[in-house]
Amino acid sequence: MIELTDLTKRYGDKTAVDHLTVTVRSGTVTGFLGPNGSGKSTTLRLILGLNAPSSGAVTVDGHPFTDRPRGLRHVGALLDAQDIHGGRSAVAHLKSLAVSNRIPLRRVGEVLEEVGLAEAGRKRIGGYSLGMKQRLGIAGALLGDPPVLLFDEPLNGLDPEGVRWVREMFQRLAKEGRTVFVSSHLMSEMEHTAERLVVIGRGHLIADETLAEFSRRGSQATVLVRAPEAAALAAILTAEGADVQPADSDGDAGGLTVVGLTAPKIGELAWRNNIMLAELATQNASLEKAFMELTADAVEYAAGEAR
Amino acid sequence: MSTMTTTAASKTSVPLPNEPKPRFRDLCRMEWIKVASLRSTWLVLLVAAAATVFINLNGVRSDLQYLDNDLAHPTQVLPNGTVWHFVYNPLFRSLSRIAVQLMMLGGAAIGALTMFGEFSTGQVRTTFAAVPKRGGVVAAKITVLCTITTVLAFVVALVSFLGGQAMVAGRHVGLSITDPDAQIAIAAYTLVVPVCALIGMLFGALIRNATASIVAVVAFLFLLPAFFGGDKYRWVVEVRHLFPDDAEQTLAFWHKDPYQTMGRWPAGHTHAWLVYAGWAVISIVVAMVVVKKRDA
Ligand SMILES: Nc1ncnc2c1ncn2[C@@H]1O[C@H](COP(=O)(O)OP(=O)(O)OP(=O)(O)O)[C@@H](O)[C@H]1O
Ligand SMILES: [Mg+2]
Repeated sequence: MIELTDLTKRYGDKTAVDHLTVTVRSGTVTGFLGPNGSGKSTTLRLILGLNAPSSGAVTVDGHPFTDRPRGLRHVGALLDAQDIHGGRSAVAHLKSLAVSNRIPLRRVGEVLEEVGLAEAGRKRIGGYSLGMKQRLGIAGALLGDPPVLLFDEPLNGLDPEGVRWVREMFQRLAKEGRTVFVSSHLMSEMEHTAERLVVIGRGHLIADETLAEFSRRGSQATVLVRAPEAAALAAILTAEGADVQPADSDGDAGGLTVVGLTAPKIGELAWRNNIMLAELATQNASLEKAFMELTADAVEYAAGEAR
Repeated sequence: MSTMTTTAASKTSVPLPNEPKPRFRDLCRMEWIKVASLRSTWLVLLVAAAATVFINLNGVRSDLQYLDNDLAHPTQVLPNGTVWHFVYNPLFRSLSRIAVQLMMLGGAAIGALTMFGEFSTGQVRTTFAAVPKRGGVVAAKITVLCTITTVLAFVVALVSFLGGQAMVAGRHVGLSITDPDAQIAIAAYTLVVPVCALIGMLFGALIRNATASIVAVVAFLFLLPAFFGGDKYRWVVEVRHLFPDDAEQTLAFWHKDPYQTMGRWPAGHTHAWLVYAGWAVISIVVAMVVVKKRDA
């Protein structure tokens, strides 16, 4: 469990984290969302005591992390895959971490195996691809088998297979009762990864709730409908009070994006008016939308406040 | 429901019962692995050591031809009428100044590397996430750095000294290792290297950037003292005596040659040792404070 209490971090006159009070629970994957520059990475650095807060406090499982003589058995963190000296091999890097925390050296081989770097372990890290560095960072986070795990944009640079593997791993870690806190600036990444969301904008807390609760905050779901007689259908749906736009992705097949009517209702209207439908689908974009709308609000709000 | 129980458990299981006691020597091992696993460390140290030994022994070798001539005619009357007795300085070439400066440079570079290697790469965040108590990490870095540089510099000084004396042994002008002057010179030649390594570490911790830290420490060790040359003003000389290179010269000075002088207002041995100690202490204290206080 991670508890942030009124946490604030200023860099000069720039407030990166602004009176943030959040509890990140154990046993679930918590997504940490916010647009670029909203203070996610700063918050994670504050949790680890790498940066000192300007005010407020943060504890991990009830203790400030900086009170721990050794950290790897308490928190595993991947902040930035590049936060590593490129001149060493992955094995040397992990060995140096393991000995400092009195973690048995066999763990080095185990975590390298787990992240799929067993082959490349003796090569210089400087020659690794971004995805390989990301995997090495995850290996480092797992080394001490910690109850709390922090990941800053862990999906960056991973291939689809890697993304799936990471998601499954997060869910497994959470099921084991651990606290898993994962940042991203893309809602789509969190949608299939997290059960809870902490959303910030300009360092302010915007939301701290389950994924389902969050999606209800956004505007109504949109429905994609495709019909040969698109123009006629559009007129009917507009008459029913819906907001109808041409589906922008492909101009060819008479696609419409409808907001304000549910898919069954649209189907019923089409059937009654003898219009054939080629496709009818509720779009799962409401999370993304909710995220965009809420963070856009926060940005405007913060900008107004700063004047 | 298992989630509920583990939640409760993870709250009460702090600190983890099976966590081994933290030990300082584990941090030293970590720092040793970090230093040893970088090729650049060994490259800098071995090149500096090899070049130093080469310069010293080659210097003695080039002395040999003049030495035979001088020993054949040890007393000469100079054009102005003064009588000059030849005295061989057995330390001048075997523990030469230019060579020790090379070792100082190597030490300073390694010292700076231990810090900027962490800060400029971001590695420091990984390190401090593993060991949140930063003081221990810095102390371990200092321990490893001083051990490596002291051992290497001692080997270099010993090989240079013994090799140089062996080469002139046939002429009976060599110095025994049991001679106190020899021992002080070897100690000075050795210890100036860890002192410079600590100064390098301080610059690395302050500046954090690779090139800038190296340039700054070189400027400090070798360029800055040049501004305090000559012996017209006492304060200028006294400032010069505060630099490690000058202290090394004071300690390695060969007093048995009446024709050599240390110039006006020479510094004493105690002063020189205090300069070594002073820089070591300042570097350690400031590096410790800076690393602890600043954001990683
Ligand atoms: N060391 C620093 N010095 C000065 N300003 C900083 C520093 N670190 C972060 N900031 C500022 O604080 C704000 C938050 O940055 P942060 O990196 O935490 O954002 P983020 O949410 O992680 O963004 P991204 O999604 O791009 O990673 C930014 O405006 C950034 O410019
Ligand atoms: Mg970030």
